[in-house]
Amino acid sequence: MVKKILIRLLRVATLLIGLSILTFSLIHISPMYPINTYVGGDSSTSPEQIEKLREYWGLNKSPVEQYFSWAGALLQGNFGVSKLYRTPVMDIIKSRAMMSFALMGTAWILSGFFGYLLGALSALHRGKTLDKIIKWYSFTLVSTPIFWLGLILLIVFSVQLQWFPVGLAAPAGVLDSEVQFSDRLHHFVLPALTLSILGVASIALHTREKMIDILNSEYVIFAKARGENKWQIFKNHGFRNSILPAISLQFAYFGELFGGSVLAEQVFSYPGLGSTLTTAGLKGDLPLLMGIILVSSLFVFTGNFIADILNTVVDPRIKGEV
Amino acid sequence: MRAGQKKPLLQVDIHEGEIVAVVGASGSGKSLLAHAVLGILPGNAICEGRIIYRGEELTEERKLRLRGREISFIPQSVNYLDPLLRVGKQVQIGLEKSTAQLKQRELFRQYDLQERDGQLFPYELSGGMLRRVLFATSVREGVRLVIADEPTPGIHPQALAEILKQLKTFAEEGARVMLITHDIMSALEIAHRVAVIKDGCTVEIAEASAFEGRGEGLKTEYTQRLWSALPQNDFDGEFIEKGAVGHGFSGK
Repeated sequence: MVKKILIRLLRVATLLIGLSILTFSLIHISPMYPINTYVGGDSSTSPEQIEKLREYWGLNKSPVEQYFSWAGALLQGNFGVSKLYRTPVMDIIKSRAMMSFALMGTAWILSGFFGYLLGALSALHRGKTLDKIIKWYSFTLVSTPIFWLGLILLIVFSVQLQWFPVGLAAPAGVLDSEVQFSDRLHHFVLPALTLSILGVASIALHTREKMIDILNSEYVIFAKARGENKWQIFKNHGFRNSILPAISLQFAYFGELFGGSVLAEQVFSYPGLGSTLTTAGLKGDLPLLMGIILVSSLFVFTGNFIADILNTVVDPRIKGEV
Repeated sequence: MRAGQKKPLLQVDIHEGEIVAVVGASGSGKSLLAHAVLGILPGNAICEGRIIYRGEELTEERKLRLRGREISFIPQSVNYLDPLLRVGKQVQIGLEKSTAQLKQRELFRQYDLQERDGQLFPYELSGGMLRRVLFATSVREGVRLVIADEPTPGIHPQALAEILKQLKTFAEEGARVMLITHDIMSALEIAHRVAVIKDGCTVEIAEASAFEGRGEGLKTEYTQRLWSALPQNDFDGEFIEKGAVGHGFSGK
């Protein structure tokens, strides 16, 4: 068990190193030049100033030297300063991560609960009307791009019904200290809903598959032969055998969740990690981009890691082997 | 109890207090017969014919009512146990809630299982122990029909004797017992009659006493050959006669 955890941690360290090298190289071969994106349309900058800036940022050094100076600073806990916001990267990530985690957390819990519920119901009523409805809903939504769903929700609930604001995390033009919780909630509903609705569909389909396998298994046939009714079969065998894969799937779902939140945040101009990542990428803000990529890959890794550990701790069969 | 079809003809009847052994090659339809009686065939199975139970047609609704109460089933494989449910709990399913635990411990003692074995998961028990657990699930008050689908392989002699004894007790208490098996010798110890099945048809239903000597009392050749194919009945006799040793003996 301890050995397994150590191997996992070693693996994530190499993953992060590889990932940072990859990101660094990609940014380097991209046509964006940091100084141009930084100076932007300001043509009053003199060549001397630009030269000074180059030197100050270390752009006159080789890419390898640049990478190592960045990595060296990182090892001391310094993520650098965002070129775009001119604040330390860590501060930006901290404030944005809270927004994103609230969004993803809500979607995670809602989609996990309702996804499992719908999937199980569907499997237990296989072939009946309820199953057909749930399957139709899931297949339709699973093949729906998240930004498109976000736009549809915006059109219906914000533009036409005007129930919810069009975007942002708080009303525009209001001081942060004066924003009420209800305002935040009001802005939070649509992005969270977008993210949850899609999650529900894929989890429902997975749960349905798993549950159908279980219902066709020999131990459920035996349960039937012993006179257990549908509810008893679910309670005694179905739930027990499906909840573990469902939970580990739910944690492994972190990656997809983050990917979805990048798009959802973009559509709703919601200031979370995802939309900041997009901005950083488009504007060539390397320190910020690297910071977010590292933090988000750690996040995804954590999900998979928890899934693994949970399985080991809870499933008696796996526990027996360790 | 009677299961019958027009053609191919499969007909077996079991009287009150009687043990009928059902024997036949693999794939001859023994287990299917059991599953049909219980109503646990897969959803796409087509089941024709009539099953009469205690004078009345055994309809799906009636099966639903009787399964696990009047009709007890001992399945063929230990995979029929839930891998994630402690075996003690599995035996308790279907027992009267208040006395379930007590009754389960009693059954465990009876089948030579330790009390702490009840706390284990199926993967922690040996094949023979799991067989006994499966058997323990079938022992219920008020059982009128027991269908045992090969309950004996992999069991040590004492436990085998215990199981055969229990099947006999079922019959003595007035239940009908269908014992599906490959082990003709054990079956003959307790069975009153033996139904021989081949390709989904009954070849013959013989009195257990007819399985004796060289099988002169058996009506069909197939049954006679089945009988003489047993190791203790010089099973190579027929090959020596026909001069075809090593030719193989299919379907035995």
